[in-house]
Amino acid sequence: MTDTTSGSTAVERESAVKTMTMAGAINAGLRAAMERDDKVLLLGEDIGQLGGVFRVTDGLHKDFGGDRVIDTPLAESGIVGTSIGMAMRGYRPVIEIQFDGFIFPAFNQITTQLAKMHYRSHGAIQLPVVIRVPFAGDIGAIEHHSESIEALFAHTAGLRICSPATPQDAFDMVQQSIFAPDPVLFLEPKARYWDKGDVDTDAVRTRLDDAAATADIGRARIARPGTDVTLVAYGPTVRTALQVADVAADEGTSVEVVDLRSISPLDIPTVVRSAKRTGRVVVVHEAPTAHGVGAEIAARVGEEAFFHLKAPVMRVGGFHMPYPPSKFEHEFLPNLDRVLDAVDRLMAH
Amino acid sequence: MGPLSDEGLVQLLDADGTRVGDPDWEPYASHLTPEALRLSWRLMTLTRAFDAEATSLQRQGELGLWVSCLGQEAAQIGSGTAIREPDYVFPSYREHGVALTRSVDLPQMLTLFRGLEHGSWDPAQHSFHLYTLVIGAHTLHATGYAMAMDRDGLVASGQPDKDGAVVCYFGDGATSQGDVNEAFVFASVNNAPIVFFIQNNQFAISEPTTRQSRVTLAQRADGFGIPRVRVDGNDVIAVHAVTQWALRHARAGQGPVLIEAFTYRMAAHTTSDDPTRYRSHADEEKWRQRDPIARLEKHLDSLGELSQEYRDEVAAEAKALGKRTRETVKSWERPPLLTMFDHVYAEPHAQVEAERAWFDRYQQSFIDEGSHA
Ligand SMILES: Cc1ncc(C[n+]2csc(CCOP(=O)(O)OP(=O)(O)O)c2C)c(N)n1
Repeated sequence: MTDTTSGSTAVERESAVKTMTMAGAINAGLRAAMERDDKVLLLGEDIGQLGGVFRVTDGLHKDFGGDRVIDTPLAESGIVGTSIGMAMRGYRPVIEIQFDGFIFPAFNQITTQLAKMHYRSHGAIQLPVVIRVPFAGDIGAIEHHSESIEALFAHTAGLRICSPATPQDAFDMVQQSIFAPDPVLFLEPKARYWDKGDVDTDAVRTRLDDAAATADIGRARIARPGTDVTLVAYGPTVRTALQVADVAADEGTSVEVVDLRSISPLDIPTVVRSAKRTGRVVVVHEAPTAHGVGAEIAARVGEEAFFHLKAPVMRVGGFHMPYPPSKFEHEFLPNLDRVLDAVDRLMAH
Repeated sequence: MGPLSDEGLVQLLDADGTRVGDPDWEPYASHLTPEALRLSWRLMTLTRAFDAEATSLQRQGELGLWVSCLGQEAAQIGSGTAIREPDYVFPSYREHGVALTRSVDLPQMLTLFRGLEHGSWDPAQHSFHLYTLVIGAHTLHATGYAMAMDRDGLVASGQPDKDGAVVCYFGDGATSQGDVNEAFVFASVNNAPIVFFIQNNQFAISEPTTRQSRVTLAQRADGFGIPRVRVDGNDVIAVHAVTQWALRHARAGQGPVLIEAFTYRMAAHTTSDDPTRYRSHADEEKWRQRDPIARLEKHLDSLGELSQEYRDEVAAEAKALGKRTRETVKSWERPPLLTMFDHVYAEPHAQVEAERAWFDRYQQSFIDEGSHA
């Protein structure tokens, strides 16, 4: 991916680079989108004066008012369903679901309605609705506050699903999602909200009102090049994968990290190219491995890179159980040791 | 007062076709000239003829399923004729009469039931949204749409002729759904310009309304602070009047209204259903006596406003609609297979593109084989 911001000099662009947390970058992205188009509306529980339980919408209510930053009734299906109606009249609703575990009352609206309206109307109705979900675990929360829900939605055609791993991507991708014509499930790795990084606020990577914007979200990124093993990760596990790569490098193993960025569509060509280079692949996600995104990737790599593989594709993820009490979550999550173990096992082949 | 009682129903035309005086509601019906009433009779008659034709097409295996609205014509035409531009309608899946008032081509609707597509008409063109098969889901879309109409300045604009509102149809069973209750909450707290129109046809498949509620469905509105009215759903004049009132209320920025039209589903729930398992002939006969079309016919007759000539005209029109329906349905061919992959997303999606390409190659391989033979 290259910056396509044209006309601005390097000096000017440098002045737009700021260090931000991921939460701050999403906030800045929402602000930029709202300034750009007054059809962009934010909706959710407690997102107004409180700024959301994670403060991601902090300050937006003050600056844009309660007509643009709307505190909704406590009803997830209602939030998604009414947003569908508003989108039918040209609005761009951006919903915040308070926690991943509370999206299920809206599951019906998302999967049977939001995802399918374009198909059944033969393209007559576009629903540019974004559903922002603080997702995944590792914050020591009580139950229903740490779920990884991506596979449950990825099975539904008509939805796009993405998850940023860096503040820059968070800033860019939230805007690209808002201005894309399809509904997007935007999964925010909540344990990474406070991670800092440089964000170039001038350079949303492709022009927003261009089809290329959505295509860009769908593209994976090589977060770190390597030659021995490919780690495929997204959202919260990208940082884990990069840490694994550091440790493995000390042990003489060169690890390539692919940050998927998008779960639907999956950028299979990028993953397969990497698999062909290294011959060894581990998929790392927090969601339970059974029936998960990793299974899909393993199958696709098997189909398309079989003769390049030196070992079977492995997965490191959660167990087939409810998200455990938080005192156990570090063993449930694909932590450094478990991913390293998988890397070692692949290298032994 | 339970959900199957007929207490408190607004009525302007009794079962014998005699006009009933009601000073509260009469003003909303006073504009109905004999000509307007004849039009309602005609629309109800056409709806019924189309319905009968679709039922027989299903019996002959030409349609996968048919959802009849037999007996509900007054509820649909009475309300449908009160709707105008820029009002917008969200139907469930039984609103063929309302569709007719929105100028949807009835035969064309059947592509859905023949399994050719999921949505048969352009919603924007008719201000009539696609049918929704997940019970109650569309009540939220309707509410959001109404909230957006309000934002767009189409409500209480100062020019009452230009104001609009949403009418959302659903059944008695639907009132039990969470979505419907959430729609009431959103509509109420946002003062949305929406008329919730319940057709209480007394059944959700086999379950009588008493399995959904202990009170009248109209009373549901009370807890949400939504004004409500209960109307004789087989009285096309009363239905028109209450819908007229409700729409004016909503268009004027006074917020949502709930109408319960108490009626009866004279046919089976769908062509797959067997109503003999859950209701008696006596009941059905009782409601046949209250047939909405016959009722208006008696009234027009008593006024001397239904000439034989007009009857013949409508009968010919109904017959022609039936014939056109049959011919249209039989003329359809399956569209090219690859169109199945169209419109999954608004923009290209790698998975869909890859699967379309694969399927195309797969199909081509048979054609190639065939050409060698
Ligand atoms: C959410 C959901 N549950 C179940 C069904 C299956 N179903 C289809 S119609 C129906 C009964 C609906 O009754 P009602 O709301 O009274 O409307 P009516 O069909 O009588 O017009 C049921 C249970 C469905 N379509 N959607």
